Amino acid sequence: MSLFGKKQKETASLTYISFAGDTRQVSVPIGDSVMEGAIKNEIDGIVAECGGACQCATCHVYVDEAFLGLLNPIQEDEDQMLNTTASERRPNSRLGCQIPVTKELDGLIVTTPPTQQ
Amino acid sequence: MKSDGVIIVGAGQAGFQVASSLRMAGYEEPIALIGDEPNLPYQRPPLSKGFMVGKQDIEGTALRPLAFYQSHRIDLLTGAKVTEIDRASRSVRLASLRHLPYEALVLAIGSRNRKLAVKGSELDGVCYLRTDAEAVDIQQRLEPARDIVVVGGGFIGLELAAAARTLGKSVRVLEVQSRLMPRVVSPILSDFYRHVHNSQGVEISLGVALSEIAGHQGKVSEVVLSDGSVYPADLVLVGIGVVPNIELARDAGLSVSNGIVVDERLRTEDESIYAIGDCADHPNPFAAGRVRIESVQNAVDQAKCVAASIVGRTESYRAVPWFWTDQFDIKLQMAGLSTGCGHVVTRGEPESRKFSVFYFRDGRLAAVDSVNRPGDHLAARKLIATGTLITPQQAADPSVDLNAIR
Repeated sequence: MSLFGKKQKETASLTYISFAGDTRQVSVPIGDSVMEGAIKNEIDGIVAECGGACQCATCHVYVDEAFLGLLNPIQEDEDQMLNTTASERRPNSRLGCQIPVTKELDGLIVTTPPTQQ
Repeated sequence: MKSDGVIIVGAGQAGFQVASSLRMAGYEEPIALIGDEPNLPYQRPPLSKGFMVGKQDIEGTALRPLAFYQSHRIDLLTGAKVTEIDRASRSVRLASLRHLPYEALVLAIGSRNRKLAVKGSELDGVCYLRTDAEAVDIQQRLEPARDIVVVGGGFIGLELAAAARTLGKSVRVLEVQSRLMPRVVSPILSDFYRHVHNSQGVEISLGVALSEIAGHQGKVSEVVLSDGSVYPADLVLVGIGVVPNIELARDAGLSVSNGIVVDERLRTEDESIYAIGDCADHPNPFAAGRVRIESVQNAVDQAKCVAASIVGRTESYRAVPWFWTDQFDIKLQMAGLSTGCGHVVTRGEPESRKFSVFYFRDGRLAAVDSVNRPGDHLAARKLIATGTLITPQQAADPSVDLNAIR
């Protein structure tokens, strides 16, 4: 079992827009989270202190309204963590680590907030 | 003249973060990241949690893909062991006999599991968890197993117990102290977790020691306790703490105590050698003295502090310690260090499975443990970081907004 031999997976295209307006479009493997897609592609604006355990609220993103209906619902722990984000919570706020990328989310656009900490 | 750059020994969470933070800070000199495990640097926390119950695959634990190290010119040496530090020539020697020179050396060499010493400890089926390979091994052994005995009622033991129980196994936890997680949480939380595990069907034996592991044809078959009781076991999972890896530093003549001794800037007495993470015995402003902390937060924040020092922005280490553990559907988040705290108050009712425990040391808030109250946790991290005065009465009153206290 080697981590070097990771097999190619199906991907979805995700666009990350920084608060300043810089846009990055990347391919993210289906099953990875929106947070992982950012970290693995070195997208600034997502910190992910805890590595995706829904513990730190530093992978806060604003999801493009058009995709809100396609997302998995917010669980209670994510809901509580969203109340503690460093930047204001909005109706389209989510934690990137709690959104698994699916085929349906191909084309997803998220904006990162002004600050995570 | 070109610098010899930075050598980081240990490619765990701390070592990885030093390399990453150095490049983020614009450091241009060579960086070598040397680890003795075969795989890419990865996260350990999921191994005893999501991975064990099949929620996360092992590849998903990698901190970054291989391409990251190439694009950031981080010379990642896996499966490589540093055997000696030559401080006079500022170089390290590898087991392969290769010598590598350094300008700055970061020891992020972690810790290793404390081993059982009772009769039968060498039997097949006695397992420890630290690495991805060990996690994969335990997961494979869990599948056909029926009776699981967990030795140690700390974080790792209880997370493994919860995972094994979630997989439908019969599970018994042995803790030699009179309560669970005795080193890190108050009795209120110990009792709460005993109820949680019991209600999920995990058996817990407190205040008893393991006397012997009995086997059949070289394989574990049962455990014998100090009170004479005997329980069947197909698998014995051991989580009885860790021992810091200090030998490399000690052999180089550096001070060691409860870890490799460093100052508030995380430097050893050799100005070009730092130690961080599990192996570092450091002064911590949030402790009652010097401590050694085994956590992701400590690994990451100490790494960032050292990277800043190396690029010339010297700073003291003063990040608030925080930890977490996931067991069943209960999220426990801990902020600060509760060691030596005499005064404890509770916010919310344990029966509601949503409450926080506030620990006061010398009249000041020192730590907060939150069960399913992440809002309290993040507020507590801020209160502790800023040293904001909060009274036990305020802490215990759920109608007081913790974020509004200044």
